[in-house]
Amino acid sequence: MPLLSVEHASKRFGAVVALDDVSLTVDSGEFFALLGPSGCGKTTLMRLVAGFETPDSGRVTLAGQDLAGAPPHRRPVNMMFQSYALFPHLNVFDNIAFGLRRQGASRVAIQSRVAELLDIVQMQNLGARRIEQLSGGQRQRVALARALAPGPSLLLLDEPLAALDRKLREETQFQLKDIQRRLKTSFVIVTHDQDEALALADRIAVMRAGKIEQIGSPPEIYERPASRFVAGFVGATNMIEGFVARDDGGWFVAPFGRLKRADCALRDGARAALSLRPEQIVVARDGEGVPGVVEDIAFRGETTQLRIGVAARQALRVSCTNGSRFSLGEAVRLVIAPDAGVLFAEAE
Amino acid sequence: MIGPRKKLSYGQRAVLAAPYLWIVVFFIAPMALIAKISLSHPAETRPPYEPTFSIDDGLAGVLAKARTLGFDAYRALADDRLYLDSYLTSLLIAGVSTAIMLMIAYPFALTMARAPRRLRSLLIGLAVAPFWTSFLIRVYAWIALLKDEGLINHALMALHIIDAPLSIYATNGAVVIGIVYSYLPFMLLPLYSALERQDPALREAAADLGASPLQVFWRVTLPLSRPGVIAGCLLVFIPAVGEFVIPDLLGGSETLMIGRTLWNDFFANRDWPAASAAAIILLALLIGPLLVAERARLRAEEEPS
Repeated sequence: MPLLSVEHASKRFGAVVALDDVSLTVDSGEFFALLGPSGCGKTTLMRLVAGFETPDSGRVTLAGQDLAGAPPHRRPVNMMFQSYALFPHLNVFDNIAFGLRRQGASRVAIQSRVAELLDIVQMQNLGARRIEQLSGGQRQRVALARALAPGPSLLLLDEPLAALDRKLREETQFQLKDIQRRLKTSFVIVTHDQDEALALADRIAVMRAGKIEQIGSPPEIYERPASRFVAGFVGATNMIEGFVARDDGGWFVAPFGRLKRADCALRDGARAALSLRPEQIVVARDGEGVPGVVEDIAFRGETTQLRIGVAARQALRVSCTNGSRFSLGEAVRLVIAPDAGVLFAEAE
Repeated sequence: MIGPRKKLSYGQRAVLAAPYLWIVVFFIAPMALIAKISLSHPAETRPPYEPTFSIDDGLAGVLAKARTLGFDAYRALADDRLYLDSYLTSLLIAGVSTAIMLMIAYPFALTMARAPRRLRSLLIGLAVAPFWTSFLIRVYAWIALLKDEGLINHALMALHIIDAPLSIYATNGAVVIGIVYSYLPFMLLPLYSALERQDPALREAAADLGASPLQVFWRVTLPLSRPGVIAGCLLVFIPAVGEFVIPDLLGGSETLMIGRTLWNDFFANRDWPAASAAAIILLALLIGPLLVAERARLRAEEEPS
């Protein structure tokens, strides 16, 4: 039985449809990410689980129990707020102890539990600090400790890393994943940052306009996106418009040439879009392949990003590990394997 | 902005000096005059006290006159039960009124702060609407409401809730009602501004951590509104202690508030030194605790913990 189960949940705010028949499950101990652009409904879905919103239809169950009618303070779910929402009139210790005190824990139990959490988030000896004396990174960790303190079976994290600068964000990502693994608590994270979702989550639900576009593991989402939107939103991609030709096997006819496809279910002449990741295109000096010209070279350390012009006003982004061999203006050949990328049918 | 502190231009100095000058001319100087009068003696002169200093006296004359200054007025004040009673009654009436105002204004402020944003300015407008009519007229209106043959007693008797009129008018209770009515907006507005600033996410966080709605109020909303509560209480308590018009119009003969006693001393008894001394004591009573509280607050804030 999944820990959290959302079944056919819908929610409207006036004329705006925030959630449209959304279903998903989260397993015990799982790190689950709700990924999508702002306004896609991911925060509404999280607030539905926390109890701050009620669904217009559908239901939310936790460990088999229907949560309908349970107010936020009676749900065994805790939430880490995007703004952290730390209590400014309480110090670090009292912030973390807030949930424990509401559970009626004894003084001794509170002392040891708060000390344990300060230890987990590496804030030992800072219990007496006031919130306004903390740095952004420290506030983030206090917020995490406070949400974890009551020992929820499910922790909701609303853009937990959004307010941190890039370097701190990467460090904190690892700490977050480490803490989740150690505590075996289910984490549901809301984020608009695809790198964050890919790096942290066991499974990702990609949302758009109140609907779930795809649920899958990070490699599944990245390599086999279920829709053109998912392909474009998660990771960099070349989206090439064209049509299908079915003479002598399957072909994708792009403005710059015919590409052989390994398998293609679309009918002859159907309009389609081919999503090709930059690293799925191989650049060669000569031989078979699509002819192109190197228009731009961006050195990124491990990889080099090339922009290869293949037709009038059309260029492909290519990522390769030995890109420094090429120079601007050089004529190259692009090799695109028949099984590379994903082909999407286009609405006529 | 590196290096030694930049010298201010004359223009900047003039701008900075303006508020200080204002305080000196309109607050410090009158206070000094009152303090001086409080050390003088009453006399059948014009103005009715001695000594009065003049430039014509010369240094020796000024010194000789200065030697006649003394604390007689304060001593008389301490001996007279009337003043002690006036102070106590004033503090009591102001305290009770402040407490009642807090109870009434807090739910109002909370409702206003939680109302939809587009309604809020309308609600603030309604809260200060009474200011559009004269204060004096509004207090007179309360006489019509409260007296034995007034509107309230008529209504209650017509409804057979009471048999004989309640005598509210000309009591301390009527003064409290008048003060509560007149000063309520000054309590309401600071409370509203403190509550309106609170991040709603804090209440959600508290609820999420297991706090019932009542606990959210006691543990989060109320403590966070403390600056507003303090500001509102000071804003109504201090003027209420010295209030003159309301006790004069609504109070009875037993309502001895310090504002009335002062008025009597100044205008009826023409004992300016006694009245001045009473005013200085009142100031000390009100400012003393305020300074102590402010210092405690600053110390708590500087505490490195």
